[in-house]
Amino acid sequence: MKDFNQLCCEKCWHTTDKPCEHFIQCCTEGPLCHHDEKCKQEISSLRKRLKYEEHDHPIIMIGMGTCGLASGAAKVKEAIEAELKKLNIEATIEGTGCIGYCAVEPIVDIKLPGKDRVSYQEITVKDVPRFIKTTLVDNQVYKEKLLGSHGKSNGIISLKQVPFFEYQHKVVLANCGVINPDSIDAYLANGGFKAFDKALRLMKQEEVIKEVLDSGLRGRGGGGFPTGKKWELALKQKSDQKYLVCNADEGDPGAFMDRSLLESDPYRVLEGMAIAAYTIGASVAYIYCRAEYPLAIERLKNSIAKCEEYGILGDNILNTGYSLHIKIKKGAGAFVCGEETALIGSIEGKRGMPKPRPPYPSNAGLFGKPTVINNVETYANVPPIIMMGAQKFASIGTAKSKGTKVFALSGNVKNTGLVEVPMGTTLRDIVFKIGGGIPDKKEFKAVQIGGPSGGCLPYNVIDTPVEYESLKEVGAMMGSGGFVVMDEETCMVDVAKYFLTFIQEESCGKCVPCREGTKRMLEIIERIPKRYGTDGNKLDQLQRFKGMIHLQRLADVIKDTSLCGLGQSAPNPVLSGLRYFRHEYEEHLYDRKCSSGVCKELLTFTIDNELCTGCGICIRKCSVEAIVGEKGQAHYILDEKCIKCGMCYETCRFKAININ
Amino acid sequence: MHNKIFESYQPNDRSSLIPLLQDVQNIYGYLPENALRDISDFVKVPLSRVYGVATFYNQFRLTPLGKNIIRVCRGTACHVKNSANILFALETELGITAGQTTRDKNFTLEVVNCIGACSIAPVILINDDYHGRITVKDIPKILKKYQTVNKTETAEASK
Repeated sequence: MKDFNQLCCEKCWHTTDKPCEHFIQCCTEGPLCHHDEKCKQEISSLRKRLKYEEHDHPIIMIGMGTCGLASGAAKVKEAIEAELKKLNIEATIEGTGCIGYCAVEPIVDIKLPGKDRVSYQEITVKDVPRFIKTTLVDNQVYKEKLLGSHGKSNGIISLKQVPFFEYQHKVVLANCGVINPDSIDAYLANGGFKAFDKALRLMKQEEVIKEVLDSGLRGRGGGGFPTGKKWELALKQKSDQKYLVCNADEGDPGAFMDRSLLESDPYRVLEGMAIAAYTIGASVAYIYCRAEYPLAIERLKNSIAKCEEYGILGDNILNTGYSLHIKIKKGAGAFVCGEETALIGSIEGKRGMPKPRPPYPSNAGLFGKPTVINNVETYANVPPIIMMGAQKFASIGTAKSKGTKVFALSGNVKNTGLVEVPMGTTLRDIVFKIGGGIPDKKEFKAVQIGGPSGGCLPYNVIDTPVEYESLKEVGAMMGSGGFVVMDEETCMVDVAKYFLTFIQEESCGKCVPCREGTKRMLEIIERIPKRYGTDGNKLDQLQRFKGMIHLQRLADVIKDTSLCGLGQSAPNPVLSGLRYFRHEYEEHLYDRKCSSGVCKELLTFTIDNELCTGCGICIRKCSVEAIVGEKGQAHYILDEKCIKCGMCYETCRFKAININ
Repeated sequence: MHNKIFESYQPNDRSSLIPLLQDVQNIYGYLPENALRDISDFVKVPLSRVYGVATFYNQFRLTPLGKNIIRVCRGTACHVKNSANILFALETELGITAGQTTRDKNFTLEVVNCIGACSIAPVILINDDYHGRITVKDIPKILKKYQTVNKTETAEASK
């Protein structure tokens, strides 16, 4: 047998035209319809091969997610292939998704027959010859780049002991980076689609909803609305056609968990969608995915085609009479389309503009029909809930927030990547235990949670547990899971400006508070670090202070009167900044200084005569000819010409340029 | 050229407007006016509405592109790691501002909100190649790679 879709013998008859209801069970327990030792052997040996338990040749697995590819995984793969050819070694090379530890990509795993799977980090093309020789020829461990073992090997550190993985609890990401995301057979062998099978054949729609309600699963897109309730509302609606939508329009800058999930385990998302669609009685489902994620879209396309080929999606699934077709819609790059009513507009082919609710999508959504929209991560949580039961799922997390949450850890932190922690884990644990703290011995300043609608949290609230409510209390929000760590060289005024610029550009323009309000708010913030003539124009100063006086009120009005979540949360970066980093705003306003060295216009660049060798690189780099000096002599910066771009500082090899 | 695309879509179906625009842009690299007119006739949506949709979404362009597209990621993580300077350096190096194309039609500089490769910030994407963890110093070297490729191509073409 090559794959599960192949019939084991004449007695097996599963095809898409004539589906067998036990097909999914058969893959892991088969065959069920007849007793034949040979068939049993074949199916179980295929399963063991797919789970990498039985193989004659070594298997090499390379992380081929976007992060891996961006770190050069494709070149490493080529180098390994060439090396194997040279040494005449037979081995299987498999591409996997992202295991989450993006900071040390490319990650290469070696699995020798009868031994545990061992992961190696930061394998470069240069490493390959020695790496292959050590692991495959000498059967030794390549100690220099060892990350850990997937099993309990003697003498090798287990992956679970690596600090980055130690405090994580993987439910959603269980398969990511472990199985081959392109292979439906690997997913089936690892117990995939069993939850869908169970829900479809053995559970009533109400039972599934009860299970999801009891599990306490809340929307992982950031809002935190109970998922079971949403489904219940849609199920109660009487309609000839219902729709299900998966929101994969991950527009938050600094968030990449949906992309990683879709690239590393697309079948799980499809399975979650299929369960949800069956539960509400939808026969058509859409995945609305960002066009910026070509790899994710490609994988989804292949996965859907494969599922249809196997009869897991399509008409009359598993002979139950239930049909489901999943279509992909590519988003066209508008942040506001993450808002459900705007997303519906976008699928319908209109400008993505939110509509006032009610009517909620569960009453009248896509094409006016009842629609359920959930985030990628919400769907990925559904199969485990059905499999392990609501009780067990609800035992993870806190009283009001159940389960785990995936965060995209990035910014100034040692271990960037994807982390999944139980709800209730403190921010401190995520930043310092999992993230490994701040690189280059710098000080922690803030952590930004929840993207443009979230807030920046300082060190004194770092013991806040990660929950929907507690994060709201401290002025951030769960959001979709972006988690950006910032060090002392990040200026909070600049961050507020950055987010407001983003929000203002992405505001759809339908409602006045958001369209005009964010624009004015941005103007106020932009005035703070602006440099005015040396004559100290009094009018400018007046404008600046006047803006600051009205800022709080303006933020409150925008928050209260905007139409959709984008506008309602737009002032959050500013409000949390004013709440926790007031001193920084004041320093910018009164002392006209930026101690983080970010707000260029408030800086003065000087050249240290002692350190400057007169090499002239900065002269060449300076776009406004503000640097003068003889070759070989110390140079000078003319302050009146300098535009504070920082190019000289970036390019100086002798650290001769001071900023103060 | 773009009429072939219409074969795989139902006429008069408004929901296929955005996929149609995406497909047409895949062919030309931008949305020419006559293509917009054809799409408008095909889906039976007034041209003004089609234009409205095309200008609403960041993905669509109404002007032609250069040979190499440089996308500078301006996501939060990249911003924290100084992507503003990277953008500035690229702008000075190429002599254009974001959103423009160089005179020789070799480079188009674009800003994107987040590529989703935050773990290797700051990131720029040239065509389909990711360049991660870059500094301002790396930029001339990276650009050179794309310039020389073109020079050899033109040299071969002139032969």
